[in-house]
Amino acid sequence: MAIYPTETGHYGNFGGRFVPETLMPAILELEKAFKEAKEDPAFQEEMRYYLKQYVGRETPLYYAERLSAYLGGPKIYLKREDLNHTGAHKINNTIGQALLTQRMGKKKVVAETGAGQHGVATATVSALLGLECIIFMGKEDVRRQALNVYRMELLGAQVVSVDQGNGTLKDAVNEAMRYWTANVEDTHYIFGTAAGPHPFPQIVRDFQRIIGDETRKQIIEAEGKLPEAIVACVGGGSNAIGMFYPFVDDRDVKMYGVEAGGMGLPTGKHAASLTEGKAGILHGSLSYLLQNNDGQVQEAHSISAGLDYPGVGPEHSYLKDAGRVAYDAVTDEEALEAVRLLSRTEGIIPALESAHAVAYCKRLAPVMDKEDVLVVCLSGRGDKDVNTIREAHETGGDSDE
Amino acid sequence: MSKAMLDNAFQTVSEAGEKAFVPYIMAGDGGLESLNERIRFLADSGATAIELGLPFSDPVADGPTIQAAGIRALEAGTTVQAVLDEVAKERASRNVPLVIMTYLNPVFAYGVEAFASACAAAGISGLILPDLPLEEEGLVVEALKKYEIALIRLVALTSTPERIRALAERAEGFLYAVTVAGTTGERATFVDQLGTHLQELKEISKAPVLAGFGVSTPEHVKELSQYCDGVVVGSKIVDALHQGDRQQVKDLIMSRKQ
Ligand SMILES: Cc1ncc(COP(=O)(O)O)c(C=O)c1O
Repeated sequence: MAIYPTETGHYGNFGGRFVPETLMPAILELEKAFKEAKEDPAFQEEMRYYLKQYVGRETPLYYAERLSAYLGGPKIYLKREDLNHTGAHKINNTIGQALLTQRMGKKKVVAETGAGQHGVATATVSALLGLECIIFMGKEDVRRQALNVYRMELLGAQVVSVDQGNGTLKDAVNEAMRYWTANVEDTHYIFGTAAGPHPFPQIVRDFQRIIGDETRKQIIEAEGKLPEAIVACVGGGSNAIGMFYPFVDDRDVKMYGVEAGGMGLPTGKHAASLTEGKAGILHGSLSYLLQNNDGQVQEAHSISAGLDYPGVGPEHSYLKDAGRVAYDAVTDEEALEAVRLLSRTEGIIPALESAHAVAYCKRLAPVMDKEDVLVVCLSGRGDKDVNTIREAHETGGDSDE
Repeated sequence: MSKAMLDNAFQTVSEAGEKAFVPYIMAGDGGLESLNERIRFLADSGATAIELGLPFSDPVADGPTIQAAGIRALEAGTTVQAVLDEVAKERASRNVPLVIMTYLNPVFAYGVEAFASACAAAGISGLILPDLPLEEEGLVVEALKKYEIALIRLVALTSTPERIRALAERAEGFLYAVTVAGTTGERATFVDQLGTHLQELKEISKAPVLAGFGVSTPEHVKELSQYCDGVVVGSKIVDALHQGDRQQVKDLIMSRKQ
């Protein structure tokens, strides 16, 4: 199973590279550079150095005893990606791609961002390595995440507000791809999630699999066995595939990908591409997609900007159809409740994205045994979301217990 | 039949010692009910063939003008089926070949085989899919072949010599030479090497070579046509029709003859 993708970048029926011819040579160049880097001990050493000394890896696998007791089910462990520099898993990928950019002799990078996490992580590594950095961000997200815009600018990046469409992540990706098309000779596109044209889904997975590799080692040390189940939230799918991939062949480990259910699946206002979408082509790959009958891509809805995306990485579509990972959705409300739960039981304020995975524990706990082990990927911290969370708690009127 | 109509149109132009001019319009922009009238207007003004855009929500190969036209079309409720139905109405009397330009997803959602079949029934000659590179052609080639619809391929300024050869070798309908590194939309000037690039393409291409993306003035039309078999003009036509400036459209098309 772990042999995917094929040489042509396909995961079963999914994946591929559906991009304009202008970009194809750069896509092929990237594929070649990535293959060479993977085989190059010097590159691996450089990665190890930055991940340890700059990002702060390895991240702890923390036994959340009070949360476990509260839910009354399995022993819950949190993989603390929130403790990485810049506050999320995104930097595992941006460090790798920035080093690849240098290898290809390019000095400029472009990226899209939704919540601003990937944008901040890209601006950060650009500052670190002296790359010129331009970030496209939807107009609506620029408004919602003003502080992150300032952060990126403070780091020396240029942030471009995107008016097109609804001004969210999908539109930012469109503009970033257009910019890349026009500047492909000297610019690398640091794609932020495990989606997009091949080789991006593979590159992002390989840079994020450190999450799962560390977890595997840590849980064996702590418990002497593999976990019974793993949960991760799925936007484009990078933290989830990074966590899942090293366990794909361990058939006894159940895996759950949690999408954004927004205002509830029946309302149509959600971002659950795997749960509710149909196969289609967006941003370079064939994968599950929220679209209407005429093949027009629909807007996603989620309180969490990082999950607010109508597409998903192709490897997840493959794992879904293969029946290896179960995908489900939790609502905005459940995620908000999980933010409060984790904050109060463990003193950890999770990112709204990660809160979706925490919320799913509530559903899993009753059907698991006390001796079972459940690992949750805590992909990021909630600092960036405090305003959103406060507004929602105030207007939603959910009471203080 | 359909593909042959396109081949014949280019042959007629070439035999007359002229250059081809292919205007692009966005189907549904200005209302679907005006689509056939616009097609007749462009044909009467001297268009060799017409590129018909089907709107897509996420047109990554397009610049602001065509993006805006696509949004207008979608807001007016334009669907793939409605466009094909409309175009089929005047199939018998139409004397200009039509080529559809859209993105892969609307075609995929319709069903590739069903789409090819519906295109054939509507008298469509060719299909341009800017997000379908050589590597992924397998998804559509058989169906298009079966219904005699030409798959019109794009070659870019960044294409390597091997890719250029592979694209020129497979060219059918016409070979679409993208004249800028970037998206569609008006440009003031082109890179210096463009003439040589177009001439090289013309030497090896199995089908006529048309230059497009950014072509927006009569001077561009004349200049680029010297090096190849003609031009495609998109944003400028879309914009002029949107402004209701039909004289500008006529002047652009006429410039191919001077
Ligand atoms: C903390 C956090 N988790 C998860 C995501 C979702 O992305 P992915 O599905 O690629 O992990 C984001 C995206 O911004 C994020 O910031």
